[in-house]
Amino acid sequence: MIHSLFLINSSGDIFLEKHWKSVVSRSVCDYFFEAQERATEAENVPPVISTPHHYLLSVYRHKIFFVAVIQTEVPPLFVIEFLHRVVDTFQDYFGVCSEPVIKDNVVVVYEVLEEMLDNGFPLATESNILKELIKPPTILRTVVNTITGSTNVGDQLPTGQLSVVPWRRTGVKYTNNEAYFDVIEEIDAIIDKSGSTVTAEIQGVIDACVKLAGMPDLTLSFMNPRLLDDVSFHPCVRFKRWESERILSFIPPDGNFRLLSYHVSAQNLVAIPVYVKHNISFRDSSSLGRFEITVGPKQTMGKTIEGVTLSSQMPRGVLNMSLTPSQGTHTFDPVTKMLSWDVGKINPQKLPSLKGTMSLQAGASKPDENPTINLQFKIQQLAISGLKVNRLDMYGEKYKPFKGIKYMTKAGKFQVRT
Amino acid sequence: MTDSKYFTTTKKGEIFELKAELNSDKKEKKKEAVKKVIASMTVGKDVSALFPDVVNCMQTDNLELKKLVYLYLMNYAKSQPDMAIMAVNTFVKDCEDPNPLIRALAVRTMGCIRVDKITEYLCEPLRKCLKDEDPYVRKTAAVCVAKLHDINAQLVEDQGFLDTLKDLISDSNPMVVANAVAALSEIAESHPSSNLLDLNPQSINKLLTALNECTEWGQIFILDCLANYTPKDDREAQSICERVTPRLSHANSAVVLSAVKVLMKFMEMLSKDLDYYGTLLKKLAPPLVTLLSAEPELQYVALRNINLIVQKRPEILKHEMKVFFVKYNDPIYVKLEKLDIMIRLASQANIAQVLAELKEYATEVDVDFVRKAVRAIGRCAIKVEQSAERCVSTLLDLIQTKVNYVVQEAIVVIKDIFRKYPNKYESVIATLCENLDSLDEPEARAAMIWIVGEYAERIDNADELLESFLEGFHDESTQVQLQLLTAIVKLFLKKPTETQELVQQVLSLATQDSDNPDLRDRGYIYWRLLSTDPVAAKEVVLAEKPLISEETDLIEPTLLDELICYIGTLASVYHKPPSAFVEGGRGVVHKSLPPRTASSESTESPETAPAGAPPGEQLDVIPTQGDLLGDLLNLDLGPPVSGPPLATSSVQMGAVDLLGSGLDSLMGDEPEGIGTPNFVSPPATAVPANLGAPMGSGLSDLFDLTSGVGTLSGSYVAPKAVWLPAMKAKGLEISGTFTRQVGSISMDLQLTNKALQVMTDFAIQFNRNSFGLAPAAPLQVHAPLSPNQTVEISLPLNTVGSVMKMEPLNNLQVAVKNNIDVFYFSTLYPLHILFVEDGKMDRQMFLATWKDIPNENEAQFQIRDCPLNAEAVSSRLQSSNIFTVAKRNVEGQDMLYQSLKLTNGIWVLAELRIQPGNPSFMLSLKCRAPEVSQHVYQAYETILKN
Repeated sequence: MIHSLFLINSSGDIFLEKHWKSVVSRSVCDYFFEAQERATEAENVPPVISTPHHYLLSVYRHKIFFVAVIQTEVPPLFVIEFLHRVVDTFQDYFGVCSEPVIKDNVVVVYEVLEEMLDNGFPLATESNILKELIKPPTILRTVVNTITGSTNVGDQLPTGQLSVVPWRRTGVKYTNNEAYFDVIEEIDAIIDKSGSTVTAEIQGVIDACVKLAGMPDLTLSFMNPRLLDDVSFHPCVRFKRWESERILSFIPPDGNFRLLSYHVSAQNLVAIPVYVKHNISFRDSSSLGRFEITVGPKQTMGKTIEGVTLSSQMPRGVLNMSLTPSQGTHTFDPVTKMLSWDVGKINPQKLPSLKGTMSLQAGASKPDENPTINLQFKIQQLAISGLKVNRLDMYGEKYKPFKGIKYMTKAGKFQVRT
Repeated sequence: MTDSKYFTTTKKGEIFELKAELNSDKKEKKKEAVKKVIASMTVGKDVSALFPDVVNCMQTDNLELKKLVYLYLMNYAKSQPDMAIMAVNTFVKDCEDPNPLIRALAVRTMGCIRVDKITEYLCEPLRKCLKDEDPYVRKTAAVCVAKLHDINAQLVEDQGFLDTLKDLISDSNPMVVANAVAALSEIAESHPSSNLLDLNPQSINKLLTALNECTEWGQIFILDCLANYTPKDDREAQSICERVTPRLSHANSAVVLSAVKVLMKFMEMLSKDLDYYGTLLKKLAPPLVTLLSAEPELQYVALRNINLIVQKRPEILKHEMKVFFVKYNDPIYVKLEKLDIMIRLASQANIAQVLAELKEYATEVDVDFVRKAVRAIGRCAIKVEQSAERCVSTLLDLIQTKVNYVVQEAIVVIKDIFRKYPNKYESVIATLCENLDSLDEPEARAAMIWIVGEYAERIDNADELLESFLEGFHDESTQVQLQLLTAIVKLFLKKPTETQELVQQVLSLATQDSDNPDLRDRGYIYWRLLSTDPVAAKEVVLAEKPLISEETDLIEPTLLDELICYIGTLASVYHKPPSAFVEGGRGVVHKSLPPRTASSESTESPETAPAGAPPGEQLDVIPTQGDLLGDLLNLDLGPPVSGPPLATSSVQMGAVDLLGSGLDSLMGDEPEGIGTPNFVSPPATAVPANLGAPMGSGLSDLFDLTSGVGTLSGSYVAPKAVWLPAMKAKGLEISGTFTRQVGSISMDLQLTNKALQVMTDFAIQFNRNSFGLAPAAPLQVHAPLSPNQTVEISLPLNTVGSVMKMEPLNNLQVAVKNNIDVFYFSTLYPLHILFVEDGKMDRQMFLATWKDIPNENEAQFQIRDCPLNAEAVSSRLQSSNIFTVAKRNVEGQDMLYQSLKLTNGIWVLAELRIQPGNPSFMLSLKCRAPEVSQHVYQAYETILKN
């Protein structure tokens, strides 16, 4: 199972190590550093590295490498999922996951890691339970602890640990009982030169924030559950009920959690809410190129597209760009050749555009590659797949909760080739 | 107030100051001090000097302080074992605490302290905790058994903890079940032969029930354990599949992949006509696609596994091509994997889309990726015949871009397309020739030269083109030189009149001015061919070439089947069976897919069970997966490669190699045993006269082969067989055999370097095997092995290595390392090398033993076509340590009673019935370990027939 964990910052310093079995010398990380050197960018470091005696599995999050060391055959996904859980837990505990924050809370970090694994076997990874075992630091608690000498380590066995609902702590009390659900969909798409869709798919999630007292039993039903043919559920969802009735029935964890994620694949027609018209031309002889981009709405179901930003990695031969946007602001970094344009809202009556010229390296031949445009946008109150929640009911408790559902569509990896 | 204050140091010396604080009376100060100690520990500072002071803080009611001290103890107890004993009392006391959290914490921490003395004290508390009323304590204790096993396996067995652990599989709490399974799996990994996880339908049912209720991690353990079970029939397989399928919708991708593994494996047992089979296939696609929307690291592992799944069952994902399209900001490792899968999924139906994508990728920024994309286009052309034309035109478009590396890559793949579809696309040659000057990479130059040579009759200025290359002949790399030589010879054979001068020039360059033996040899061969028999030369050089096929890059089916059993593991990421790379070859059992039958017995008897690798050709060499594209398309342009020649000119290659090695040994500069390829005498014994064959008789080796064998006293020695072909080991070819002489076993190896670089740093290692064979000395290769050099080594073996039963029994897995890489192969050793010299049994003893062994242990075999008489048989067997105890003549038949003993003390008794005049003998074998009989029989066969 998982032997050790090293946290490494982007400049290559090991700033935390934790061993769950015998101590593995940190020199094992040298193999990781070698791989890091070979990879041009941090993102390109291969996640599985083999060394003569160990295997290193790593994830890169928040500019930190989480490197797990294993010695025997262990499912790599198990390790990587666990590392993600570590990142999530840190974020949950400290608000952000960064080197200074981890260093500031090193003892809590250490205690938490010790609770998460025993001899390399996962022990407590649900944040609800961890928080009962080791209380997250807050300014107030630190002050109180210093005065009273009490600790931030719980001395009671968390009740949820062994119950049938290990994800929920018992004895939850709220005065305002509320349950919010956010249906968030991200469109991943590749659009080719001519504007037709190469691939498009929707990654959707339903994130919940449930603050309900006692042991509520919720059911959530959809208008069109048939859309959901590829779903991954939080362990709390009763799978049988979903199979037979297409209804989500569950006792929720307390607080924030992801109820389900789903995938609407390329075969169902995915609506593309924006289009980009572009005219980027380099001429062989001239040292000037023309550049023109227009963005417009396509299938938006009458909603406004907001928060639009475009970015594009221009070819190396581009020295500078002189552009005028019809709205928003744009920047071009002549060193990294990154063009970005913060558009804002799209007004269908007056389509935003960015026009101008590029100055190219004199005498150089025209660039081999065409820039790809990366698009970001948001549409409030719309789930682009058409998914709609029908109703939410609560059983098991007497009070009347406050319920809310929000929809949002965002661009995920949305790329337009030129 | 943050923890970073713990890192501040003072001038006086940190340790000193901490010591004072740890011994302070104030609780608060103590705790702060311990926190500082822990903080230093986390960043790797050595604070072990504070051990006694920290341990003193252990007796406390404060749980946080207690935990902190425990953390410290786990880290440093090993370095201070005597001090660690001080802690034992507290641990034992804590194991009785009314608070289950503290009981669990104590037993958990104790298990992490890897000090022998402490483990002795651990047993009693652990036994109690395993039966604790609180499931939290039980599940912690279950893991603790695994920890203890890691420290002292014997202790765990003696104390009966394994049985207690097995009982926990039936525990009422699913979490306890999951942890027990996890602990048992970990223990089983170091104990492959033990039946720790002996699964039966009842325990399977319990696991399936627990599966629904335990945590995600527990589900992974249980699923992985289920995957090792072989259902007794297809109905059971189906019912397990039905209960595992819901796991495909889990949010944890590791759970999903483990479930996929179980399903892929058990599907093998289901009949394809079953409705359920089709439903299951459909259910597998969505979760696999979903894995691809996860973080890149997860995607990578998922893609490596999908690569296997696509090869095993292409139907699952055949409609999902689009999800493998590459996004430009994917990490490079994801891009390359996606590309590979795209080609595997390419078919006539989707080839247009795939090509459009590939063309798009060929204009990306990342050079490595662009190259692979161009190569992929070539692979498509070879795979999907209907698309070849479109692929060629796409490649031509790419050549028009004039981007240097794209052009070069395109030319390399066009050459392959020519090989697959000869005489079809010559029209493009003109375009290719235009780009001649821009080619600067050897592979591209060589490919271009090959094309010119191959189609010399249709290129008007072929001679000019080749001549232009000839100018800088000595600066070219070997592959270009070899190719140029062949191409000019081809040209000469096609247009003899105008090119005589050219061919003379290249032959003299190759034979007289070159230091490269390959080139020189090939030059000589051509020269002689041309000068003695031009017609034969034409037949050889212009022979029809075998077509290349698309399937070359697929994983070999038996390996694939084994890898399917390892979905989701490291093995699946590396596409190698765990035996090939898991540390120290820790007892890895070959897994295999269950057979598609409903018979229940097939799984029990080892003979009928499907073996992971087929017997017979035991070359379990793992093809390197690293550069499939490159390997597939690599013709013999590179260094000479043995094995199935994909080559342009396979025939002459063969010829060159034959003579090549002859010439090499003529030049033989290595001191040892060139002339004795069949056996190298072990160091201790005298060298028989006939072994003193003159050095450098490379060709006479061939003749020695027959005469030499068997004349030696001592066991029969089989001729050397190629164990590891050069193609699979980056140019290192290993052949060898086993000998037994005067009580010592050795492995005679012949290492040949067929690569272009010098090989050094040789080392050898055996996996655990049935008889504990292990090298008795390191592999000694005295001088670096230069290209084309061969060295003979006799590696003394002993039988004191660790033992693990192999399937087949005499299988030996070997790893050989050199400065280039580590290579793995497996071979079968003849059992008679294990027959010891004192294997002669006393007559009385023989009789008693014969009677004593139950009749069901008797095995009968027939040895056919053996012309020897009883005397000769007896003496020949004796030289291989099979001793004749008694001889009787019954009804005209000679009965030989024989005995032999194996190195591990197993006696085998034999009765050999010989009828004069009848060449078939009857052999009856009796042994307490009946599984060796088959191999002893084989040993008889080999000894008597050679």
